[in-house]
Amino acid sequence: MDFLRPTTWDEALAAKADQPDAVPIQGGTDVMVELNFDVRRPPALLDLGQVAELREWSTAGGMCRVGAGVPYTAVIEELGATLPGLAQAARTVGSPQIRNRGSVGGNLGAASPAGDSHPPLLAAGAVVEVESRGRGVRMIPAAEFYLGVKRSALEPDELIRAVHVPPATGPQYFSKVGTRNAMVIAVCSFALALHPRERRVGTGLGSAAPTPRRAIEAERLLAAELDWDAPLDPALLRRFGDLCARAAAPIDDVRGTAAYRVHAIGVMARRTLTWAWNDHLGKRAA
Amino acid sequence: MRVTFTVNGREQSAQDVWEGESLLYVLRERLGLPGSKNACEQGECGSCTVYLDGVPVCACLVAAGQAEGRQVRTVEGLAEGDRLDPVQEAFVECGAVQCGFCTPGLLVQAHDLLERVPEPSDAEIREALAGNLCRCTGYEKILDAVRLAAARKGAAS
Repeated sequence: MDFLRPTTWDEALAAKADQPDAVPIQGGTDVMVELNFDVRRPPALLDLGQVAELREWSTAGGMCRVGAGVPYTAVIEELGATLPGLAQAARTVGSPQIRNRGSVGGNLGAASPAGDSHPPLLAAGAVVEVESRGRGVRMIPAAEFYLGVKRSALEPDELIRAVHVPPATGPQYFSKVGTRNAMVIAVCSFALALHPRERRVGTGLGSAAPTPRRAIEAERLLAAELDWDAPLDPALLRRFGDLCARAAAPIDDVRGTAAYRVHAIGVMARRTLTWAWNDHLGKRAA
Repeated sequence: MRVTFTVNGREQSAQDVWEGESLLYVLRERLGLPGSKNACEQGECGSCTVYLDGVPVCACLVAAGQAEGRQVRTVEGLAEGDRLDPVQEAFVECGAVQCGFCTPGLLVQAHDLLERVPEPSDAEIREALAGNLCRCTGYEKILDAVRLAAARKGAAS
């Protein structure tokens, strides 16, 4: 096995182009588990830990650009006000030790349907910035990034550079079902973002289908029928929950049954919309 | 491959390291530092917690090559000579150690908490230690120990 240690982004892209089967490693919280348990024996590891620019975030052009190596701890401590949905999801990842190493970029690279970053990225309308030496930068909307269980739109010679997330313009919530508060892979999860300027609500389902996905019909319902100046109509709230549940296509596995997941998605959808709506009306009254 | 990094203030090298090997394996099997424990090998138990450049991490999830040129501090590096760190003393006094397997990771994690938050609330202690599993104590005596260490460190400063 080779161990590649680029120190700049250009070196990293060159290494990936020369050895497309090299597995990128950032925090190691997914990759090392596979190595420790002999699930994977890649011909090379591509350590991105020395590429300093991956650990930076910035706000420009109306988007927050979060480097692929920014650890969850930094998302929580530094981006809670700008990206509240993503920060809430980051708080539920693993343990403090895991959050010190794990990153949104790694979550995207692994593309697990249970990854905690995905639902808030979908709800916010994030765009993934990937790059290769040969073809340059591609900007892939999160909704088009996830292709299957642990499969993404990333090509073998590409690396994830950053994720671009619109700063919140309204309340955002993330909800996750698990057996305890810490160290839990989601049984299922749900993220919601209000976009008051566009009179639109974004959604994201986690661990409830082969890929993370939006509840498109549920979003359409709210775009058409939600009165942004009035209290939430209980009948509309119920229909929203039902449509979110219907967007799920889960399986039975060790963490939960498909039926439970469908039910829980509906509950979390109603809860998060209620929380967000309380904030929305509260802010207007204040 | 050869990996060189600083452990508990001393530069150390390990030879013939397999590229997929973890930092934990290098510490325990190549550098003679068995304090950090090897249990789950998937970041679930926290018993291999060490400082990497001052940040607590699971050593089982760091590839050895990622530690090249960096600073590692293990449980063996918490005491100053024969003088235990206040966190270690408090664990002994409070009966927070039973079989001892989880103890090294808990000590490093609790040490980090008190460095960052000198007077932690119970909720902050629980949150900080959420990734460290103990199957003996039921955690109450561990919480007692962290509270005692915080009080002593506060009184000493």
